[in-house]
Amino acid sequence: MVNLREIAALVKKEALLEWRQRYALNGMMLYVGSTVFICYLSFGIKTKQLVPATWNALFWIILLFTAVNAIAKSFIQERQGRNLYMYQLASPQGIILSKILYNSLLMALLSFIGYTFYTLVLGNPIEDQGLFIINLLLGAFGFSTTLTMVSGIASKAANSSTLMTILSIPVLVPMLLILIKISKNAIDGLERSLVIDEVVILMSVNMMLIAVSYLLFPYLWRS
Amino acid sequence: MQFLTFSFLTFGEANKTGCSGNPKITLIMKWWKILGIVLLAYTIIAGFLVPAPRLDITNETIRNQYFHVPMWFAMMIILLVSVIYSIKYLRSNKAEHDFIAVESANVGILFGILGITTGMLWAQYTWGAFWNNDPKQTCAAIGLLVYFAYIVLRNSIEEEQTRARISAVYNIFAFPVLIALLYVIPRYTDSLHPGNGGNPGFNMYDLDSKMRMIFYPAIIGWTLLGVWVMEMRYKLRKFEFYNN
Repeated sequence: MVNLREIAALVKKEALLEWRQRYALNGMMLYVGSTVFICYLSFGIKTKQLVPATWNALFWIILLFTAVNAIAKSFIQERQGRNLYMYQLASPQGIILSKILYNSLLMALLSFIGYTFYTLVLGNPIEDQGLFIINLLLGAFGFSTTLTMVSGIASKAANSSTLMTILSIPVLVPMLLILIKISKNAIDGLERSLVIDEVVILMSVNMMLIAVSYLLFPYLWRS
Repeated sequence: MQFLTFSFLTFGEANKTGCSGNPKITLIMKWWKILGIVLLAYTIIAGFLVPAPRLDITNETIRNQYFHVPMWFAMMIILLVSVIYSIKYLRSNKAEHDFIAVESANVGILFGILGITTGMLWAQYTWGAFWNNDPKQTCAAIGLLVYFAYIVLRNSIEEEQTRARISAVYNIFAFPVLIALLYVIPRYTDSLHPGNGGNPGFNMYDLDSKMRMIFYPAIIGWTLLGVWVMEMRYKLRKFEFYNN
């Protein structure tokens, strides 16, 4: 069964490791920052003419690739020895749930940094900030549930960083489509009740992916 | 040698008889293969010849109902088989289960490609272009990408048991996403596809239930054909595995 104390300890361990080798965290922040800046530069002086739909799509594409890069390291960059050590210490269920939780927190942090910086350079056409931020959190959570498991799968194969992209993008597309739809709603400032359905679908897709990861991860781990 | 010739005639039945001394030679195929041939012959003949409801825009293209729609049904059934055998593999670690899973996925991909092609032909005559950026088309294409990724994943792992296990995990993980892509997302968007985005589906066109008489056998026929292809490829794979 799920051991909450175990998960808390594992999340703490992840955070501690991240903090000790800050280059990874700094690298990811720099990645978000430079991608946003490249978008700004490529639109150049025409930033003011950016259509909300383009603004929205660009933002989610940036977040998508940030997520793929940030979460890829959760299994791929771990050393074999440490995996063996963890294998003896913790249950696989504890490990996957703690990784999902930790990655959600990390992604939430990165999305907020990205959002702030993006707003700063490319403007902010959003009418309904509250909904957009809820959507951002949902997106962070959804990306990390999917990508954590895919990272685990890809880490077992050769050429894992390319594989990570190939495996995750088709799986992420349905989620991304719903997220873009909700945030379009937030940008236009439409009634929130219009997107209740989408939010429910997103939550249920997330729950389903967590359940599947929870059931499948022990098989992935056992090698 | 004589035994080999006969086993070839019995469409691979030799496995069951083995070399136990008394090979039971039957020259008939399994009943479901015959059923598959009969149903497909019926589908093709009746599908092109029996009068279909005449409607604006769709006209005679309504006959695509007997080819395009059953392809997707067959694909879903065969991919479901693939997922079930992936689960079985994780529980049993038998190489045979992995073979069935991968060959089902291959046949599923084949049906997916055929389904998307027949759909594009239909779109050309009703919507005006082969590719309309319709949500259903896009989602179907992405659904196929999931399974291409599965094949790539398989090819990038050398060790056989690891390959079987990891690809089984991905197969099970990706299946709910495929369901979401094909049956959830298109229903919530503005799609031109019949049955989605508030458009009338099959029931609406089905004026006198005549189409059902061909449609349901078509589903069973195409599925049986898929299972047949899968079975042959599975046996080939098993043969190669045990002879290396």
